[in-house]
Amino acid sequence: MSALGILGRFAAMLVLLLVNGVVLIYMLRKVLGRLHLRIGPNRVGPFGLLQTTNDVIKLLTKEDLRPDSADAWLFNIAPYLIFVPSFMAYIPLVFGPTLAVTNLDTGLLLAFALTSLVPLGVLMAGWSSNSKWSLIGGMRAAGLQIAYEVPLLLSALGPVMMAGSLDPARIVAAQSGVWLGFIPRWFVIPQILAFVVYAIASQAETQQTPFDMSEAESELITGFANEYGGMRFGFMYLAEFSNTFIVSAIGTMLFFGGWQLPWVATPAWLAPFVFIAKTYTGIFVMMWARGSLPRFRVDQMLSFCWKVLIPVSLAWVVVWACVQRLWPVVAMAVSR
Amino acid sequence: MEPTYAFDYSVIAWFLIGGVAFVGVTLGMSRLLQHRKPGRVKSEIYECGVEPVGPPWVQLKIGYYLYALLFVLFDVETAFLYPWAVTLDAMPLFVLAEMVVFLAILALGLAYAWKEGALQWR
Repeated sequence: MSALGILGRFAAMLVLLLVNGVVLIYMLRKVLGRLHLRIGPNRVGPFGLLQTTNDVIKLLTKEDLRPDSADAWLFNIAPYLIFVPSFMAYIPLVFGPTLAVTNLDTGLLLAFALTSLVPLGVLMAGWSSNSKWSLIGGMRAAGLQIAYEVPLLLSALGPVMMAGSLDPARIVAAQSGVWLGFIPRWFVIPQILAFVVYAIASQAETQQTPFDMSEAESELITGFANEYGGMRFGFMYLAEFSNTFIVSAIGTMLFFGGWQLPWVATPAWLAPFVFIAKTYTGIFVMMWARGSLPRFRVDQMLSFCWKVLIPVSLAWVVVWACVQRLWPVVAMAVSR
Repeated sequence: MEPTYAFDYSVIAWFLIGGVAFVGVTLGMSRLLQHRKPGRVKSEIYECGVEPVGPPWVQLKIGYYLYALLFVLFDVETAFLYPWAVTLDAMPLFVLAEMVVFLAILALGLAYAWKEGALQWR
């Protein structure tokens, strides 16, 4: 890969992230609006399409304040720590048979490692603001986001076992073809339990509403981001939407065959559109949940994670490992 | 695959540098564009318009740290599980049995924490 190649990939992913941010914010407002029987933005531009663009300009030109009592150094670097990993998490995404930033043998692990840095930045932002709301938001993020990381990682093990690889490209490739002549070989079908755990845990990881304890609007105003304004806040907000895209994209690659259409061969030019369409469908479902469910209490959320999700996903890992490893052995013994 | 291995990973470093640069440049641009007018009241922390009482950097619930400890335990365990899951089919049955024993011990640990009330938010 030449220097130009790297620059091109960098620019492409950056543009994708920014477009995702603008589109997803508009989509969130419209979807939530419809779910709440409102109209959503409809004043700026046709159908309110220019609303987010205007918001970006507003954020850019707004004075970004820092409280005098805040810890300046940590306060300044927290937006970097939240935004940059979520941008880097675009590296392992596979958009088509030959379309990806790069091929990484351990791409899946890299994606999870990067998304798990977010709680650190959130905690840093919350603590350094020297404000009670921010600190509570930051601590909740540390307690809850990391807790839901365990089931998230455990639920991804099922597809990894089936594909026998951590390379997203190979995990996607392992899902081509059909079972029994008509069921697409998507891992969601045998791994439905793992997928449910993944969906719940990723909703918590991206701090979306049934689990948005770290920003809980009605109790903590905006939680950890309370003291942030202007573009610093803008980056945190953008990272949140970027993370939503990432978890949905990883879910698509792990459970829904990535860029592949079911039953028919996918032409290379269509693959990225299929991938984006599947990912956006996932995001829509997440927004749907966000618009329909009330927020959990902190203790409910923690006990749900530790007493339901983690035991269930641990048991599933054991059950599936035994099924997958012992099946050929048993089949051979029976046929003999 | 093999010859490109080292180079593939260098992309991560370039994305890191580029990402930091992008945030830095954008924040710098915003700094030039914005109208700055600092004030004493403006740089106070925000608590719904009420004057803040007492320092916010106080001792927090010990419960958070308990959960953090449990998290470290299970996260490290999951990191062990990944290489095992990748090579599951290629390894002898003994490896499967070994991991089941390992998970059983960890599940016992979780059950103990549960029994002792460490999973209860108080």
